[in-house]
Amino acid sequence: MAVVRDEQVSVRSEDEVVRVRQFAREWAISLGFGLVDQTKIVTAASELARNTVIYGGGGTVRFQALNDGPRRGLRLTFEDTGPGIADLQLALKDGYSTGTGLGLGLSGAKRLMSEFEIHSTPGQGTRVAVTRWK
Amino acid sequence: MERIPILKMGRYLLVTIQVDMHDRLAMALQDDLMEQIRRHHAEGVLIDISALDLVDSFIGRMLGNIAAMARILDADTVVTGMRPAVAITLVELGLSLTGVRTALNVERGMELLDTAREERETGDGRRQG
Amino acid sequence: MTDGAKSALPSLLGRYDKEILEEWVKLQLASDTHRADLVTERDVRSESQRFLEATRTAIANGTDIRTPEWNDVKNLLTEISQSRARQGFSPSETAMFVFSLKQPLFGRIRTELAKDPAALADATWAATSLIDRLGILTMEVYQKGREGVIQRQQEELLELSTPVVRLWDNVVAVPLIGTLDSARTQVVMENLLQEIVNLGAAIAIIDITGVPTVDTLVAQHLLKAVAAARLMGADCIISGIRPQIAQTIVHLGVDLGDVVTKATLADAFALALKRNGLTVTKVAAVSSGS
Repeated sequence: MAVVRDEQVSVRSEDEVVRVRQFAREWAISLGFGLVDQTKIVTAASELARNTVIYGGGGTVRFQALNDGPRRGLRLTFEDTGPGIADLQLALKDGYSTGTGLGLGLSGAKRLMSEFEIHSTPGQGTRVAVTRWK
Repeated sequence: MERIPILKMGRYLLVTIQVDMHDRLAMALQDDLMEQIRRHHAEGVLIDISALDLVDSFIGRMLGNIAAMARILDADTVVTGMRPAVAITLVELGLSLTGVRTALNVERGMELLDTAREERETGDGRRQG
Repeated sequence: MTDGAKSALPSLLGRYDKEILEEWVKLQLASDTHRADLVTERDVRSESQRFLEATRTAIANGTDIRTPEWNDVKNLLTEISQSRARQGFSPSETAMFVFSLKQPLFGRIRTELAKDPAALADATWAATSLIDRLGILTMEVYQKGREGVIQRQQEELLELSTPVVRLWDNVVAVPLIGTLDSARTQVVMENLLQEIVNLGAAIAIIDITGVPTVDTLVAQHLLKAVAAARLMGADCIISGIRPQIAQTIVHLGVDLGDVVTKATLADAFALALKRNGLTVTKVAAVSSGS
């Protein structure tokens, strides 16, 4: 599998969340995803970007265009050095919410993307990688 | 900070969401709406989202909150103009906008508000026509 | 390959190109895989000649067809293979074009190297493995071509989704036809939702009379479409449910929730009209000649 395009941007504020959405849309379009798939990708990106800012204290997101044989995909990796998630199982449960609402963020993003991977260490941070294949 | 304009349309209020919503803007909108409902004794709220190309759980929660708060102030809420791609994604997301009525456009939304009010009035008989 | 054999093939082809060509063409025309209906003698001759010439040039550098020197031969074979596929040749018939070259070639090898059995064996082996590989190449080209056709047809099938029709003010219908797979159902549903917006139709009838079987996946797609329409402010009626499909749905344990279903499109349409506050009444008959 090859990474044919790679870019990392900061996600530290509401304004940057907006920018991440725009980037996600552009990348999805350039990879040839249809409108519905674009919407799914951008919505997942919005959820995860918000989480990174609100719960992770800000972080980064990496955009990667992937080539795996004949199929092409878009991978987004969100990373922060925030408090981390103590109970992943609970956080991934549909509709789980803490305070103002981690809500459907993680489980929602998982449902919208083809692949979902999460690593989190309490006190160190969280990394969420989602991929959508065309 | 910009605030989302609220238009008075007869007995109803109309809000058109066109920009990327963030926390502060959403809170301001909710505050403004409740204030306007109270001031104009509005009977319904129309939230037009035809300009939104995505609705995530944050926006979904905001819409649900507005509907719930408006209800307490005796006003119905209808969300109009949801785009197909957004609807499909919301279904996939598993986000159910419970307590939020929807209509294809503002005109239909107003008709829906008319019928909703009628049903409630004949239903609980609190208001004699 | 021994040195003797190494120079044997290229020189053979060089010296006896005309004879080999003649024998080869004759063999092809006489073979039972020859398609006189699809190709003339002149075509056979010209294709064979081009192939032999290209092979003669390439073989001077060895018999490994993966080297760039063999590109011309491979391109030529690809071209011949594709054109024959288009004309309606079976893959075997096209492959025989290449394989039938063995006989005249082996014949020459036997005559020329009769006095050197080792070289004869080596040259024969070199020739046979070369021709085998080239023959396999034609099969692969054919295969890729067919896959390309299938791919294109699949894409066309996706485009060929049934249209969404407006039955009345505020009422649209989409008749689903044929076996529904994931991709196709999604395309149809997206079209339906878009037309709901375009026409401002709050009632959508999804008719599945033309769908032979419904499995869990298709049912899920239908339910998702209904849910999406609802989110937008429209409502769906599913019609055309045959008794067998009703049985399947129950057996699969699919929960239709509160989705309204009707046996026929007509019933669904009547319901749609009713929801719009309309009824159909009979107009008094106009008497003729009064």
